[in-house]
Amino acid sequence: MKKLLILLFLLNLLIGNSHSIEPDVFVQSTVNRASEILSKDISREEKINQLKVIAKETVDIRGVGFYSLGSARKNLDDDQKNKYLEFFEDYFLKSFSSRLSEYSNPKIDVQDKDVLNKNYTIVKSVLVATSDRPEIKINWRIYTKNPDNPLIRDLIIEGLSLARTQKEEFASILNSNDGDINALYEALEKFANN
Amino acid sequence: MKKLTILLFSLFLITFNANAGSDGELALEKIKSEAQNTKDCFEKLNRATFAFNQALDKALIKPIAEGYRKLPDNVQKGTSNAVRNISTLVTIPNNVLQGDIKTAIINTARLAVNTTVGLLGTIDVANKMGFPKYEKEDYGQTLGKWGFGPGCYIVLPVLGPSTIRDTTGSFANVMGGDPWYNASVHGNNEFLSEGLYITSKAISGVEFRANNIESFENLEENSIDFYASVRSLYLQDRENKIKNNQRGNIDVIYEDDEDWEEIENK
Repeated sequence: MKKLLILLFLLNLLIGNSHSIEPDVFVQSTVNRASEILSKDISREEKINQLKVIAKETVDIRGVGFYSLGSARKNLDDDQKNKYLEFFEDYFLKSFSSRLSEYSNPKIDVQDKDVLNKNYTIVKSVLVATSDRPEIKINWRIYTKNPDNPLIRDLIIEGLSLARTQKEEFASILNSNDGDINALYEALEKFANN
Repeated sequence: MKKLTILLFSLFLITFNANAGSDGELALEKIKSEAQNTKDCFEKLNRATFAFNQALDKALIKPIAEGYRKLPDNVQKGTSNAVRNISTLVTIPNNVLQGDIKTAIINTARLAVNTTVGLLGTIDVANKMGFPKYEKEDYGQTLGKWGFGPGCYIVLPVLGPSTIRDTTGSFANVMGGDPWYNASVHGNNEFLSEGLYITSKAISGVEFRANNIESFENLEENSIDFYASVRSLYLQDRENKIKNNQRGNIDVIYEDDEDWEEIENK
């Protein structure tokens, strides 16, 4: 009987925790977490490490990685894809967190959201103006296929997509090396280890 | 003769890149994906010019921009307002050419108010009066709006990223399309001169650079191919401007990105 009660209790906890998270709430909570880190009185290195933890939890790194690879992903076998994803994750975490670490105490207000389809919602926000810079519009492409676990796939800053920029950058490296994926591995590795 | 040569050259460029749709829908389809489809036909030359521009930037433009940033805030603000006010002279005819008469009227009123009450544009009185947000328009954007494709991507010495269409559009400025150029260079008066025109353009460039020092540094530091990043951002920005995404019509940017749909995260 006791065991059954414990089982029921655990089941209840499990069901209770399984609820969809609204993409705008998800974005606001993510930026609040990031903002808290950025306003801390710690070294840049430390900030980057803590931002990496947030990025791992909230960004669909695998999805962004495959998107950035463009049509080249169709020509890779599973081993190549796995190898690429390893390099990409290191590259992405470094790039993403060091871009963010430049901002000190940023204030981002989520304002609105547009549901594009069942897989994507665009969350609209603004980076509040300071005396040094004007207000900046930031839109977030949120992957909502699993509503319990929404994930960031792109940041569109003043209409400029970071994922698209990254994709075109990767395409440029592949094009200048006759589509050789090893050249991209090398570039990603070099960046991550720099 | 000089004008004729420029005209012929522009016509050649635009014919070479003419991409006008037979109807509005086709034109829109072409515009939709132009940032992704723009070819870098002269990539080797472009990369060399880009390297030259970067060296020039490090040696000259960036230090000037950093110096500009040390000026008192009100001086920077006044300068920024003044060059923006001058740019209205090109924006207004382009509003008209794009059929946006309402915005042309608003911008004409803005120009009149800022040039007079706003002391030659140094104070943005119109903004304080609640005028709608000012958006620059140029002849490259108008050509894009008319359905001309961007043509090849090019990097111009000193001036930076462009496309054949945008460069062609720039020629319109010196062929009578820019009243500020006409008054300064051909105005035959004691207050304005070609030097003043060039100075105003240089200030505009320095001001842009000064506003983007950290952004460029950050971009360069976090790019594995800085040239490709700048090209992508320039083309996306031009695409947005042609579609007037900055006026709240942002949603079109998400329409053509089917590539996302194929990505599963399993």
